[in-house]
Amino acid sequence: MKTWNKIKSWPLFLPVVALILVMAVNIIYDAATGSNPLSFFMISLRNTTTSGTILYGRIIDIINRGSEVAILAIGMTLVVSASAGTDISVGSVMSLCASFMCMMLAGYGVSSTTTLAVPLGIGLLCAIVMGLVCGAFNGTLVAHLSIQPMVATLILYSAARAIGLLLCNDLIVYVRNPSFAYIGAFTGPVPTPIIITAVCIIVVSLVLKKTALGMYIQSVGINAKASRIAGLNSRLLIFLAYMLCGLFAAIAGIVASSRITSADSNNIGLYLEMDAILSVALGGNSLGGGKFNLAGSIIGAYTIQAITTTLYALGVSSIQAPVFKAVIVILIVVIEAPPFKAFLRKQSAARAAAKGVRA
Amino acid sequence: MRIANKITNVNKRAHVTRISFKEEKMKKKLLGTLLSAAMVMSLLAGCGSSAPADAAGDAAAAVEETADSAASAAEEAATEVVEDVEAAADAVEEKAADSGAAASGGNISIGFAQVGHESDWRTASTKSCQDVFSAANGYDLSFVDCDNDEAAQKEAVRSFIEQGVDYIIIDPIIATGWDTVLTECEDAGIPVIVIDRTIDDSDKYVAWVGSNFLTEGKAAGEWLKAYAEKQGIKEINALVISGSTGASAQIGRSDGFKEIADREGWTILDEQTGDFTEAGGQEVMESYCKSYEGKFNVVVCQNDNEAFGAMTAMDNAGVAYGPGNDVILISFDACTAGLEDVKAGKISADFECNPLAAPFVEMVIQQLQEGKTPDKEVYMEEHWYALPDQIVDFSIDGTPQTMTEVTDDVIAAQY
Repeated sequence: MKTWNKIKSWPLFLPVVALILVMAVNIIYDAATGSNPLSFFMISLRNTTTSGTILYGRIIDIINRGSEVAILAIGMTLVVSASAGTDISVGSVMSLCASFMCMMLAGYGVSSTTTLAVPLGIGLLCAIVMGLVCGAFNGTLVAHLSIQPMVATLILYSAARAIGLLLCNDLIVYVRNPSFAYIGAFTGPVPTPIIITAVCIIVVSLVLKKTALGMYIQSVGINAKASRIAGLNSRLLIFLAYMLCGLFAAIAGIVASSRITSADSNNIGLYLEMDAILSVALGGNSLGGGKFNLAGSIIGAYTIQAITTTLYALGVSSIQAPVFKAVIVILIVVIEAPPFKAFLRKQSAARAAAKGVRA
Repeated sequence: MRIANKITNVNKRAHVTRISFKEEKMKKKLLGTLLSAAMVMSLLAGCGSSAPADAAGDAAAAVEETADSAASAAEEAATEVVEDVEAAADAVEEKAADSGAAASGGNISIGFAQVGHESDWRTASTKSCQDVFSAANGYDLSFVDCDNDEAAQKEAVRSFIEQGVDYIIIDPIIATGWDTVLTECEDAGIPVIVIDRTIDDSDKYVAWVGSNFLTEGKAAGEWLKAYAEKQGIKEINALVISGSTGASAQIGRSDGFKEIADREGWTILDEQTGDFTEAGGQEVMESYCKSYEGKFNVVVCQNDNEAFGAMTAMDNAGVAYGPGNDVILISFDACTAGLEDVKAGKISADFECNPLAAPFVEMVIQQLQEGKTPDKEVYMEEHWYALPDQIVDFSIDGTPQTMTEVTDDVIAAQY
């Protein structure tokens, strides 16, 4: 009982439960249709002609396809915490970074190529720099000009995708090059995006744990004025959070573009800002800023992907899929809502009291 | 509202004019010019809500009111102004009437309101129009890229009416809400030609030029039937990766293929949308490979980009596809990159959606110039591409079809 209470008070308890519930739907479905109840969770090795032996299974798909949102969620968590606002430009910035990178790799005006015009490293660097520039732009507007985050990031939300199209000369730029495709393909048996995401998460967690940055950001989010009086440079910290968000948007853009070995400016990162914000919320973080839990956001990101993959697995018609997605999200959000939690607490307290009276 | 503001401004100016006679004379002219400007503006703005003639009437009445109130300040001036304005109105009305008639001498002016620039296909469509309706061919083309903004597109059409172009070409972003704008075009006497996408709630255009998506879907089905017979494949279990739900290309291609599938008793295992994107195709196929492992032998992608994604997913699932392998891969659009994959023996057959509408539009315009009535629906000629081994004879609704072999020359000539 004591351990159970301990588990229940763990901050990640509800996000993890939500993720498990979503996946559990598949066990029920598989059992009901007469196939192996655990087939959704099976991971096997498979030989392919193009990528050698690779890991194969729906769980791998979830972790692999969820990479972009998970990477975005890292940056979004920091932004939400520091500025009590969201960066709605990340999807468009992803697209811009991918377009800029592919334009550099293919050369301006080239629509399809198999050879790289500049070394891959320079292309990647261009994407990262572009992401940092976008982040700095948002950061300046929010931190130094005190523009509301949603309004400030609305500018790049609408402009970045269009700039990307200009850079690509209104074309979809195909970079069908194996070294570029590698980023979205496999490293040994493991999909490379999973490794990139893991590295991002580990580096950020270490920085937040080993330095006081995490605490500073939370402190600015809770009360920027008090933090400033206490000697923290609030503006710089908020600026930094947006820069990092831009950086992660660039990394997500690189992964998304490498998966399809092209820069599809119109579609890369489309609506992903919403998924990133949702994953922060699903992770049990308040969108009002302040205290944050990075692990929660990451779990939230994979929960969203788990919903998508589950709907594919169930064969839900793509016209109805958004409705199911909405219902699941509503359920998760309600379960995690403070009044609902308070209600449950009250119920269990009442039960305990009733038990006490009877005894 | 805009007219009212203008007139108030003019009123203010009229009151200020009581300074000296000489100055008044000068201001009279200014007043006249301003009112004429207001008149023209109101006439043009009027196009937005009602017929030009009505707008001219309204504006003239409004101007007369203004003139009355200005009379106390400068009676003489006001009369003159009304005369000026009426003259201006007449001139504008004449121009509006003229613009309807076909251009006598000089270039034929054309306004083209394009959807946007979202894909290679769209770029090819735009380029086709720019090439055919060039100054060298005797045309003046006003091109507006509407960036997928339906309100901007209607504004673009209205600006074409104001410019008094001879013909308007519209690739409608959405199928509904066109009746008002097309009525304005009709009142201005400008023929409208719709290309590619359709308009559902109005028939006030002279012709529609585009692809028959239903025929494309049927072609894929009939080809598959003939090819399966040739290969001795008895059972067809198909997976469909459809385009953006509700797009006319998605509906036509799904319905056309399904019609043949139902007739032949094939199984369509699943149909999910890939949103016409490579990433979408990849993710849907990745899931299909797990849900229907070893159960499917046909994959239908509703555009080439989805096919590219599906190929990556099948590679990663160890599924062999293309001619000579277990899985037949069918795609639509037939853009350059798609045809390259047909040539490389990955896509079994690719069904074209011709973006080069301009030559067909020019045909319609020529018919109109000669005073003939063109067909209401003009379907463009389209090609079905495959490698020689996959070329089979088939017919759609009794019409025999010829397939085109993919060669380097064909790829080079494709958009």
